[in-house]
Amino acid sequence: MSLLAPEWTAILYLIAAVCFILALKGLNSPRTARRGNLIGAAGALLAVVTVFLSSRLENIPLILVAIAVGSAIAAPIARRVQMTQMPQLVALFNGVGGGAAALVAVLELGHSLDAWVRVAVVFTMLIGAVSFSGSAVTVAKLQELITTRPVIFPGMRWVMTAVLLASIVAGGFVVATGSAGWAIALLLLGLAAGLLLVLPVGGADVPIVISLLNAFTGLAVAASGIVLGNLLLVVAGTLVGASGTILTRAMASAMGRGVSGIMFGAFRGGSTAGSTAQSDRPVRSSGPEDVAVLLAYAQRVVIVPGYGLAVAQGQHTIAELATTLAARGVEVDFAIHPVAGRMPGHMNVLLAEANVPYESLKEMAEVNPEFKHADVALVVGANDVVNPAAKSSPGSPIYGMPILEVGQARQVIFLKRSMRPGFAGIENELLYDPKTSLLFGDAKDSLTKVLGAVNAL
Amino acid sequence: MDPITLLTVVVLAVFVGFEVVSKVSSTLHTPLMSGANAIHGIILIGAIIVAGQTTETGLLVVALIAVVLATANLVGGFVVTDRMLGMFRGRKPATDAGEGTK
Repeated sequence: MSLLAPEWTAILYLIAAVCFILALKGLNSPRTARRGNLIGAAGALLAVVTVFLSSRLENIPLILVAIAVGSAIAAPIARRVQMTQMPQLVALFNGVGGGAAALVAVLELGHSLDAWVRVAVVFTMLIGAVSFSGSAVTVAKLQELITTRPVIFPGMRWVMTAVLLASIVAGGFVVATGSAGWAIALLLLGLAAGLLLVLPVGGADVPIVISLLNAFTGLAVAASGIVLGNLLLVVAGTLVGASGTILTRAMASAMGRGVSGIMFGAFRGGSTAGSTAQSDRPVRSSGPEDVAVLLAYAQRVVIVPGYGLAVAQGQHTIAELATTLAARGVEVDFAIHPVAGRMPGHMNVLLAEANVPYESLKEMAEVNPEFKHADVALVVGANDVVNPAAKSSPGSPIYGMPILEVGQARQVIFLKRSMRPGFAGIENELLYDPKTSLLFGDAKDSLTKVLGAVNAL
Repeated sequence: MDPITLLTVVVLAVFVGFEVVSKVSSTLHTPLMSGANAIHGIILIGAIIVAGQTTETGLLVVALIAVVLATANLVGGFVVTDRMLGMFRGRKPATDAGEGTK
């Protein structure tokens, strides 16, 4: 009862694949990004309609109900979620996609398949399961359901090795026999591997892991396309796998890290671990009133927002502070580090949401020469992205990462929760500089107090 | 499907995938990741095919779970990406010209 001839099906799938390519292409530039995303969605819709028209399907009512349920769950969450929680949501969607790919592969195993297709089944199940459980861990870390610090236990490396070897053995049995029991064992091993892979990753590196798992899910989808003999899945999955890999590398290099260092650093007892040690060197701590005076009587203020601002949900308060200062005749700019926030580009989204005009958001290359003309650099909840160690000490884990040169401003004010080092776990010399003053506390509370003090002047 | 044809398709898709994102500015990394994430939600058509071929109840339940998960990935992915990008409105064209130089 299929309504479409195979040739038409293939052509419609080809159009959908082209839509996906145009979608990724469109996402390259802010002007075309939204349209690109819509083209991608249109391609997906076309593909789903095509599959209903082209295959001989049973259970169509139940499938439609399942689609309705999935949409009814996902769309409202996607619409309402706080923008600060958006990375978790992307991770969540990525994880369920990986899970779906793994389930599809398991179910296909019941059909008689060539041995080489069963290799694709094994690959889909393993990678899909890794992506599912790995994404679950990233969600838990970002939501702070579990610690954001690397979780490592003695012998973890050996457990990981054992799990990987066992996966190869189980995968071999699945290829040879097609047995369901081995397939379930393989799924469980994949889930364990995902946990072991992501638990040792420190909080600051989690976004890169999300991107990597995103590429993984793409590869799992591509492999599932081989299993089902569906070229659209092969093309779409491969596109995501390839672009996701490039994106992961680009994100890692913007943070001055290597991908393998992030994934395996903690296993080697290396760089992602981060220390919680606090130094007892003297710093100049000041009150909200002092900060207010410095800001209100400055000519130029550059605000450097960071992760702490996003966590404290302080973006609306800082937008208000910027407006208030501007009304007093102070020139206010925001300096956005490429990796400010939770993910590259995240801070732009957060500040855009708080209605900070786009013109006052300046990118690093544009704003760095301007710091020397600034009276005050106000660093809110950022640390590593302004740490001069990235330029001056070659031994430092962040050495080579481009930074915002706030040290060139006449005065530097840090709003920080504590003297704890940033996620990279390294001391920031700038905190001890005589021209630096610190206001401790939650970013939003501190900003509210400073705003009140400015208004009272 | 013929393995060689598949290999051809995969290799070409890899290069297209590399090419389309090679020059993206860091501002758009997050939406791009989210958009790519939505695209792999197309596993939905795999889940639909599997669910449509199953007659056994237990397997059908698993397949329908896969359909729900894949739909969440596909629909949620595109919606959240659109929402994110909706916030980039009012961006001056002059600014993106400068981004390519980084």
